[in-house]
Amino acid sequence: MKPPTVTHDLYELDQDWNDEQRAVMLQIRKFVDQEILPTINEEHNNEVLRKDLIPKIGQLGILEMLAEGSLDPVTYGIVCRELERGSSALRSIVSVQGSLVIGCIRDFASAEQKATWLTKLGTMEAIGCFGLTEPDFGSNPAGMITRAEKTSSGFVLNGSKCWITNGTQAHVAIVWAKLDGVVKGFLVPTNTPGFTAQSIKGKWSFRTSDTGMLFLSNVEVPESALMPGAKSLGAAIKTLNNARYGICWGVAGAARGCFEEARQYVIDRVQFDGKPLASHQLIQNKLAWMAAEITNMELMSKRLGELKAAGRVKPYQVSLAKMNNCRKAIEVARVCRELMGANGIHSEYHIGRRMVDLETVLTYEGTEHIHSLIVGENLTGIPAYS
Amino acid sequence: MKIAVLMKRVPDTASVLKITPDNKSVDMANLKFVMSPYDEHAIEEALKIREAGKATEVIVFTVGPEGSQETIRTALAMGADRAVFVKEDPSRFNSKGIAEMLAAAVKTEGPELVFAGKQAVDDDASQVPERVAELLDLPHASIVTKFELNGRAATVEREIEGGSYTVEVPLPALFTMQKGINTPRYPTLPNIMKAKKKEIKEFSLADLGLDAAKLVSGLEVSGMSLPRANRLNKILDGDSTERVKKLLTILREEEKVL
Ligand SMILES: Cc1cc2nc3c(=O)[nH]c(=O)nc-3n(C[C@H](O)[C@H](O)[C@H](O)COP(=O)(O)OP(=O)(O)OC[C@H]3O[C@@H](n4cnc5c(N)ncnc54)[C@H](O)[C@@H]3O)c2cc1C
Repeated sequence: MKPPTVTHDLYELDQDWNDEQRAVMLQIRKFVDQEILPTINEEHNNEVLRKDLIPKIGQLGILEMLAEGSLDPVTYGIVCRELERGSSALRSIVSVQGSLVIGCIRDFASAEQKATWLTKLGTMEAIGCFGLTEPDFGSNPAGMITRAEKTSSGFVLNGSKCWITNGTQAHVAIVWAKLDGVVKGFLVPTNTPGFTAQSIKGKWSFRTSDTGMLFLSNVEVPESALMPGAKSLGAAIKTLNNARYGICWGVAGAARGCFEEARQYVIDRVQFDGKPLASHQLIQNKLAWMAAEITNMELMSKRLGELKAAGRVKPYQVSLAKMNNCRKAIEVARVCRELMGANGIHSEYHIGRRMVDLETVLTYEGTEHIHSLIVGENLTGIPAYS
Repeated sequence: MKIAVLMKRVPDTASVLKITPDNKSVDMANLKFVMSPYDEHAIEEALKIREAGKATEVIVFTVGPEGSQETIRTALAMGADRAVFVKEDPSRFNSKGIAEMLAAAVKTEGPELVFAGKQAVDDDASQVPERVAELLDLPHASIVTKFELNGRAATVEREIEGGSYTVEVPLPALFTMQKGINTPRYPTLPNIMKAKKKEIKEFSLADLGLDAAKLVSGLEVSGMSLPRANRLNKILDGDSTERVKKLLTILREEEKVL
């Protein structure tokens, strides 16, 4: 048996990165190997939220660069891929803080709001969350019930939000609410009277992530809480598109992580006539299929990054990759799980956790269905949402 | 005050090593390289001193082949100010030659403090820093687990078997760092980007006034082999009385431990 020529990355994508991108890739990989992988399965089993990770993520400087707007899209993509090789929940902390909160503030907030929040969010001294989904409205946020009413000094907010990542840890919440029937974005410090958050326990997926319910009961905020640029639901959707871009890369990392583990496993594991599992054609067929899918995911993500860097990326392009990559990542995870037999369901290996976490990623930031409808509308000219 | 840190790039300890066909060296092709972990501690300690305002500059020194720039950039991304790179394939030499190159390079900067890792995790020779100290006529303390500057001297704790002892060393001096002295930082993304702009000064042997022929020592590697991969398990059969008898025979006659 000769050693494998390549273990993944058959198209040598990682060889295209410039020196800084390569250094960033190796750095985040090391962070994940040292800080995340040794303990995450136990934390997952026990539903433990690691608060010590927040300052450590802050120290990596990813969010600082996002707050400054100095991280180019492809490097950000590489960061997401490497973080999600560790854990989808970990990557989500960065996606929410970086794309949904910092990104939204950079695009739509006032100069005063930016001055108050961006630096603190960049160091993770302050944590933010993004409250769009409600108990009764997920895929169709336009139906939201949360409302804002004008008062003499500002606004009063009422309603509730559900499934909000970083919800109970956040210092500031971006709350989307209808003002005279039109969706607007508000920046609400979570210590404002009438604002409460409660953790959602008992999840099968994202057990290491803080997912919360937000309750707004007569929350009074000043005029300056309204983000002047966030004038309609379009602002929320634009923000989500940036985060979805990171997810496209991220799930490729989760799939890579599963693949690396399973590939090694089938080489090491011997069954029937002293031969490794990897010597059987059925197994090699699955490995080849997965290698093609992972390569595909990365190529789509890289192309999106190029379009984004050129300022040409369109929402349906992001939807195409979000739809494809999340589905393929889950399928890769399931095949890897299968290749590892009984060991595949055990928390000694990472695959089971990655697999159940990917269920969340398939659903949040627009479900697979919804993204296929966005692509479908652009292919046919016919919207099929309702 | 300048601090020099001696740094070596080594194969990642997670990589699978192969021996060259002549059985005299490790095959370096297709290996992933990292900074020797003890050197990370040396850089971290130097950075802490600079950040406390007690040093002006941290300069990293390395001897390595083309390609070592990546590891040097890691040191710069951690926060070192600049680097001096003696571009020479260290596998042509051994500790004596490397130490002479580093000593000559360090001399061009005249630092008050020279830090290094207590050993490099590839050949584990623990030779180079001490030789550099000797060549530069500096006092040195090795395997340091605690470092404190006080004026023109440093008070350091050295690890010894079953304990530690404290020594005071006048500056300029050289110290080698042990794990546990600090927690090396992760390079931040902004610092990774900034590292690109930092200076890496390259020296050849000629630039340092050295002659390759004179750097070779009398030490010669006669052979190299990988650790035995498979454990030689032996499973004894028969009922328990028979197995105990067999075991005793082996312990007495083959292993001769009884
Ligand atoms: C762990 C986790 C973290 C999250 N974090 C956040 C967060 O930080 N902020 C936030 O705002 N939200 C967050 N969400 C919410 C997430 O974005 C929503 O769950 C998602 O948008 C789907 O909404 P829903 O759950 O209400 O499902 P529904 O909208 O009820 O959909 C249920 C099913 O019906 C399908 N469906 C719906 N409409 C159609 C249609 N027209 N045609 C075909 N199929 C359709 C969907 O594809 C899905 O399969 C999070 C969710 C999870 C699980």
